[in-house]
Amino acid sequence: MRIRCPICGDRDLREFTYKGDAVALNRPGPEAAAQAWDDYLHLRRNPAGATRELWYHGGGCGAWIVVTRDTVTHEILGAVLAEEAEA
Amino acid sequence: MGFSGWRVLREGLSGNRGWTPQWRDPEPKSEYDIVIIGGGGHGLSTAYYLAKEHGLTNVAVLEKGYLGGGNVGRNTTIVRANYFLPGNSEFYSHSLKLWEGLEEDLNYNVMHSQRGLINLFHSDGQRDAFARRGNAMINQGDDAILLDREGVRKHLPYLDFDNLRFPVYGGLLHPRGGTARHDAVAWGYARGADSRGVDLIQNCEVTGIDIENGRVTGVQTTRGPIRAKKVGMVVAGRSSQVAAMAGMRLPIESHVLQAFVTEGLKPVIDHVVSFGMGHFYISQSDKGGLVFGGDLDFYASYAARGNLPMVEHVMEAGMALMPMIGRARVLRSWGGIMDMTPDGSPIIDKTGIDGLYLNCGWCYGGFKAVPGSGFSFAHLIARDEHHAPAARYRLDRFRDGIGLMDEEGTGAQHNLH
Repeated sequence: MRIRCPICGDRDLREFTYKGDAVALNRPGPEAAAQAWDDYLHLRRNPAGATRELWYHGGGCGAWIVVTRDTVTHEILGAVLAEEAEA
Repeated sequence: MGFSGWRVLREGLSGNRGWTPQWRDPEPKSEYDIVIIGGGGHGLSTAYYLAKEHGLTNVAVLEKGYLGGGNVGRNTTIVRANYFLPGNSEFYSHSLKLWEGLEEDLNYNVMHSQRGLINLFHSDGQRDAFARRGNAMINQGDDAILLDREGVRKHLPYLDFDNLRFPVYGGLLHPRGGTARHDAVAWGYARGADSRGVDLIQNCEVTGIDIENGRVTGVQTTRGPIRAKKVGMVVAGRSSQVAAMAGMRLPIESHVLQAFVTEGLKPVIDHVVSFGMGHFYISQSDKGGLVFGGDLDFYASYAARGNLPMVEHVMEAGMALMPMIGRARVLRSWGGIMDMTPDGSPIIDKTGIDGLYLNCGWCYGGFKAVPGSGFSFAHLIARDEHHAPAARYRLDRFRDGIGLMDEEGTGAQHNLH
């Protein structure tokens, strides 16, 4: 699996660290109810198919990126910088 | 008809013409008392114990493919009870006791081999941690022996004891740990359930779960609708998809775990050996193949195959630990889809929907749990109350943070186990 970093281009999987579902970008406010934190921290749609997830390009430019990837085929469908991604 | 050595001999002498199919292939009825979704190890054992322990036989197991064609046929067959935390400790202890009586119970040779499992350690701190784990196992009523370096050498003379990065300091021996023949476990439970009247329905994929006024009323399948008073979801590897049919979102992320087997060799590895620091473990099958694996690939996947960096890592770890296996040739590799929960421990619980029960989240430890999981899940379905050894496997422990079972101590978050 090679991931297309928006800054560095196609790079080896080993340069990246996986964080998980891009729901991590939607951190609830401190006043949010317990259910919102449960949704954020634990509950996942976990699709068999296209999913949006956060990866960290630690072995390259150091950027956090949002990768759209198919979990059944491992095909990389797109990647954008997390700071430019919609949450 | 029962199996016995005498029967094998008699059939062998008479051209093996007396063997018959091990279970029926029934058409689904329009209604059952209980429908179990998933004909893997856990679903089949659930059905078996529903019939055997609770006398409930108006039960169907619905399997989208063939019996035992999922993770129960894709694991590395290790059976152990070396858990540490309350919750896991009593559950796996109970499951191991079921394993020890399983072949007599099922009248089926599941090739359960208690060859002993050795977890290696490589520092003083790790020794302390394993001594503590061993004491927890003994307190639970199971067995553990702390081996020093020379003690390990007696069992495993072929290790590289002086590896520069991870010299072997000793190991925790779990003598009752071992392996079993994974397919036979599924087949034995299938045969036992079928002979008690359970309908095992293959090529029958569940496409919907019917819920009326907060109560489950049946399922929609590729072979037509089936009404049911109670429905159990036992589909680790596809739990999120099936639960979504009931409008549920689970605390599960699916990951791929790879495993490998070499060509058949003469007996060389007598135990199950686990090298935690290298994320490597190995045993030898009765057929002679070295069966080994490593850690998750660590990204969400349903592909049932992994990527090469983890393959390389596993091979390197194996070579670092036991250089003698370097000449063995890998026959094949594969991946299984793991239901990963945030704390690395499973879920056996009711849902917010009456009559709908959930068994999932087995992470990379589902095989050894097959008897205990089915026993406890059958108890929950039959009596609507938790079976004591599995009472802590609550679905809502993540939301309230109470009773988390983070066996690795890495934190109860996704992607840490």
